[in-house]
Amino acid sequence: MIAIIDYDMGNLRSVQKAFERVGAEAKITRDPEVIRVASHVVLPGVGAFANCMANLKKYKLIDPIKETIDQKKPFLGICLGLQLLFQEGEEFGTHEGLGIFPGKVIRFKLPKKLKVPHMGWNRIHKSKKGTLVEELEDGTYTYFVHSYHVVPEDNGLIATTTHYGKMFVSSIAKGNLFACQFHPEKSQTAGLKILKAFTIKN
Amino acid sequence: MLTKRIIPCLDVRDGRVVKGTKFLSLRDAGDPVLVAEQYDTLGADELIFLDITASHEKRSTILDVVEKTAEKVFMPLTVGGGIRSLQDIRDLLNAGADKVSINTTAVTHPDLVQKATEKFGSQCIVVAIDAKRVPKAKKKWRVYTHGGRQSTRFDAVQWAKKMESFGAGEILLTSMDADGTKVGYDLALTRAVSEAVGVPVIASGGAGNPHHILEAFDKGGASAALAASIFHFREFSIAEVKEYLWQHDIPVRL
Repeated sequence: MIAIIDYDMGNLRSVQKAFERVGAEAKITRDPEVIRVASHVVLPGVGAFANCMANLKKYKLIDPIKETIDQKKPFLGICLGLQLLFQEGEEFGTHEGLGIFPGKVIRFKLPKKLKVPHMGWNRIHKSKKGTLVEELEDGTYTYFVHSYHVVPEDNGLIATTTHYGKMFVSSIAKGNLFACQFHPEKSQTAGLKILKAFTIKN
Repeated sequence: MLTKRIIPCLDVRDGRVVKGTKFLSLRDAGDPVLVAEQYDTLGADELIFLDITASHEKRSTILDVVEKTAEKVFMPLTVGGGIRSLQDIRDLLNAGADKVSINTTAVTHPDLVQKATEKFGSQCIVVAIDAKRVPKAKKKWRVYTHGGRQSTRFDAVQWAKKMESFGAGEILLTSMDADGTKVGYDLALTRAVSEAVGVPVIASGGAGNPHHILEAFDKGGASAALAASIFHFREFSIAEVKEYLWQHDIPVRL
């Protein structure tokens, strides 16, 4: 069973529905026990960084998330669920993240004609093999909506990059962990392929 | 490269699509879920549902529509119309909407925009602006509310800037002068607002052919173009529009 972590932030329903579409059972939960027994864990999230961290604390979800990652259980972070894995984010002031990986979450600083949020369909370019995007063609379009992006200290984490005024990291992968800035649940068939690939990991 | 977005908009009343749709293949062209699925297949980049349900009692019908759409369509969905509170926003997001569009309430209670962006993030709060040219003034547009029935004292460009400063992640800009005319977007308005704000602007009102959509991008500076009737009535397909844009060097997702 896939546990989708519910911390009052965002589009959980669409994530759950997308998993159902690819034939997987997914449960929306904030019960640490359910997360502990789940075979796969998803940390979604739209919203503001500070609120997300505050809610993870409030619902006592930080330890279960860290344990999931320590145990190398298949883990998928989406959007904020990618950003939260890093040390600190600067949305509405500087805030501490989960600190799983060293690195920062910074706001796009771009020439004025490039709008922020980076919103819409953009290409992902693969940086390494064997990740959840393996099946997709290089340069596949996925859907983005974000004003901040991650800057990992370890370049070895980078799974894909995307160009918007500059190259930025659009997903990371390490072992059974994959986390992406784009929204697979909103990226039509390409996104569903990524979710399918996640469900067959073990 | 980020592509320009083509966004069909469906007017939904009491859970039904109200503007005519000519999808020959659809059993029920009034069913928003079926229409959404069709647009998904046809290459729309996003969808907008504008809920024009009049009575407050029937407001929950839109939640049902959003839930059912989210089961079938895996693309971004914005819902606008009648949003008055943080709870309204949360309900729509929980039902499967990705963004909500706030129009009248942004004027009457601008603090809702601020609170909503702090709570849910800027990326899911769209502020819709209905703008109308000020007679005899050059490049001046006034903001209207309540579906265009009520004028305000706000200048559209200034209002867009203010809404950006309140955290709005996107501006859905409708020209009331051009809406329904099919003679093209109000490019001066689109350009004025696009240049004034750093967030994406969706041009709306006046699209009658693919060339109008091209103009919204290359002359108006919009990030996305909303169109309703040209797609609903099958005057042009989304693929035709995108092909035309592609030929004119506008990045689109084909």
